[in-house]
Amino acid sequence: MTDAMPVGDRKPLAPPVDETGPLGWARKNLFSSWGNGITTIVLIAAVVWVLSWFLEWALFTANFTASTGAECRGGGACWALIREKFRYIFFGSFPYEQHWRPLFAVITMLAMLVLSADRRMWNWRLLVIWGVGSFVTFLLMFGQIHIPLSLILFVALAGGGIGLTLRSALAAPSERMAYYALVAIGAAGLVLRFAGVLPSWSIAIAPLSYVETSLWGGLPVTLILATYGLAFAFPYGVLLALGRRSNLPLIKGLCVGFIELIRGVPLISLLIMASVMLPLFLPSGTTIDKFLRAQVAVILFAGAYIAEVIRGGLQSLPKGQFEAADAMGLNYPQKTLLIILPQALRVVIPPLINTFIGFFKDTSLVLIIGIFDFLNTANQALVDPNWAGFPGEVYLFAAFVYFIFCFSMSRYSKYLEVELNKGTRR
Amino acid sequence: MRNRIVAAAAGIVAALIGAAGTAHAGKDLDAVRARGALNCGVGIGTAGFMLADSQGKWKGLSVDVCRAVAATIFGDSEKVRYVPLTSQQRFTAVQSSEVDIVMGNATYTLTRDTALGLDFTGIYYYDGQGFLVPKKLGVKSARELSGATVCVAPGTTTELNLADYFRANKMTFKPVVIEKVDEIRSAFFSGRCDVYTTDASSLAATRAANVPPPQTIDDYVILPEIISKEPLGPVVRHGDNQFADIVRWALYAMVEAEEHGITSKNVDEMLKSDNPGIKRILGGSVTTARASTATSAWDRPSRSPAARTRCGRRAASNTPRPSVDAGRSRLGMAGFVPLRRGNSHIH
Repeated sequence: MTDAMPVGDRKPLAPPVDETGPLGWARKNLFSSWGNGITTIVLIAAVVWVLSWFLEWALFTANFTASTGAECRGGGACWALIREKFRYIFFGSFPYEQHWRPLFAVITMLAMLVLSADRRMWNWRLLVIWGVGSFVTFLLMFGQIHIPLSLILFVALAGGGIGLTLRSALAAPSERMAYYALVAIGAAGLVLRFAGVLPSWSIAIAPLSYVETSLWGGLPVTLILATYGLAFAFPYGVLLALGRRSNLPLIKGLCVGFIELIRGVPLISLLIMASVMLPLFLPSGTTIDKFLRAQVAVILFAGAYIAEVIRGGLQSLPKGQFEAADAMGLNYPQKTLLIILPQALRVVIPPLINTFIGFFKDTSLVLIIGIFDFLNTANQALVDPNWAGFPGEVYLFAAFVYFIFCFSMSRYSKYLEVELNKGTRR
Repeated sequence: MRNRIVAAAAGIVAALIGAAGTAHAGKDLDAVRARGALNCGVGIGTAGFMLADSQGKWKGLSVDVCRAVAATIFGDSEKVRYVPLTSQQRFTAVQSSEVDIVMGNATYTLTRDTALGLDFTGIYYYDGQGFLVPKKLGVKSARELSGATVCVAPGTTTELNLADYFRANKMTFKPVVIEKVDEIRSAFFSGRCDVYTTDASSLAATRAANVPPPQTIDDYVILPEIISKEPLGPVVRHGDNQFADIVRWALYAMVEAEEHGITSKNVDEMLKSDNPGIKRILGGSVTTARASTATSAWDRPSRSPAARTRCGRRAASNTPRPSVDAGRSRLGMAGFVPLRRGNSHIH
């Protein structure tokens, strides 16, 4: 074997053509046996058939330009209906020439949500983002905001109180003094305010014309109900879950009672109670805004469900974690915030996001109390006799928009799961 | 057409019920005035009655009544806040002052008018249960429907009325009971039943908007028989008669104006009309010239209750007749609404 090449120079033979590349992949995965081959062909044929039918309807024979429903009939999809109605579907009865306001409100809210999805923002920045974002959103939607003195005082009191509870052992003396000062100012101011010494003064920020909530509609309503519903329900749910595991029988009893009561009734009945029963119990002439009532009902309802999800996370923690925290000399708030909750919440991300997605869609139940969220403005577009008879187009469009939101949430949950479990992965 | 009638009628009523500008108004009217807008509860999207158009503006027969009331009180038909209400909510909303008036297609009934603390102020639509049939069935009257298959929603008075009507006329029918409106409609149009029965307004909407493409609206007819009575009226809180009067007469003025063919476009020519009825409603006749309140313009002064009372007579003698031209310049749209807020002549 004089012509033999040195071992190091020999090249391995390429595998047969039908074992590599797309062909190889197809052979291995799609046509590995007779049965698999037939299944593949049947399924591909079915997909092509459905897709071609759908594209024919939705694109090739579709009507994008008709000016009335009658012109649209007979052909494929009537997307002209969406073209005619999309502003109503997105923004409802908000004054037409001011639609830029809900548009920017929606953009602000989305920016707020995207920013707070970033882990680097999970500190004091989160408060700033939500504070500024919420202010801008509601200023755009209402047009005018009046901040009463009592609210400012209450925020001072609450801020000081929370600071004292959470950072009592960690804060420098000067920081602690600041908290005490806030609490003192807030408490004293509130007492004076209710005693009638301080006037009922408020800061008025009114750059735009006022638009009442009964004119709100469409996407901003869905986003506000879902975002603020869940933003408030989350801390509330955490408190309920902690309360349910409390050693104090009264707190435990109240939390269990609330959770079971709320979980035992449908959201619709809660909404109807809030909109039909509540006004009858209020003194005559006092009305609470319908939108606010719906928002509170959503918060209470979501809170109970989130509490049960978080309880699952709390129960999954080994007892050693609690005992170790106690052994470190941490007090209850520190133990809960620094040791327990970070671990418990990480476990429950998938069910938590599942609950969020569910509630995002459940907000459309507010139709039964006459609030027009995104799905309901879409419904209203169907009632117009000039454009009647195209429910498919409208619902597909609504479904598409909902899908974008829900799918983003689901992808985010997946990212978060990977991100937060980096420490435990082997 | 209807919009113009609203504008015209609003002007008429504002003139008629000069009371809209008095200092001693009822508490509901005072609240409306203080707020600067009428809170009008409307139903959730029914074509023809109340529906937001592509620009989100509420339009329809029920909406127009609210606009007329607002025009009567404020001289501006745009000063209305529309609050969408479901049928469960509507009465609570008006009881609890969330809205001032409900135009939610509520049927005027004894119980509602007396026991719920509500007042119905007139009737703007006489609804009732009717029958929709395909023309090719060749039926001209509901009496010929014996043996027909009838699409009907379950658990409603509609179902009971249907059975009663057929029994009373010694006819038979096969019911096809379907819960959802969309499904009933598609069942009817696909030929699963010969007849679709529900309120005539809904039948008309179905016929106008839901006939599937190859067929047209002319392939279907609504039979003349109406077998139940569903008068729809505006609802206000019990207790403020003055506000109720405004709502009632804003509605009646529109009816009257429509009968005479008076609109905001032709009101100037109509003022010159020789027709005594038109003269009376527009206050242009000799008999009404001496009257100040439009109540007397509406009714003959001799028969007018307002003119016969002490206040009415004083009002009639003291206050000048509202100038039509002066009013017109103030209001672009309503055209000729003379609003006289300063003159309190009814107590």
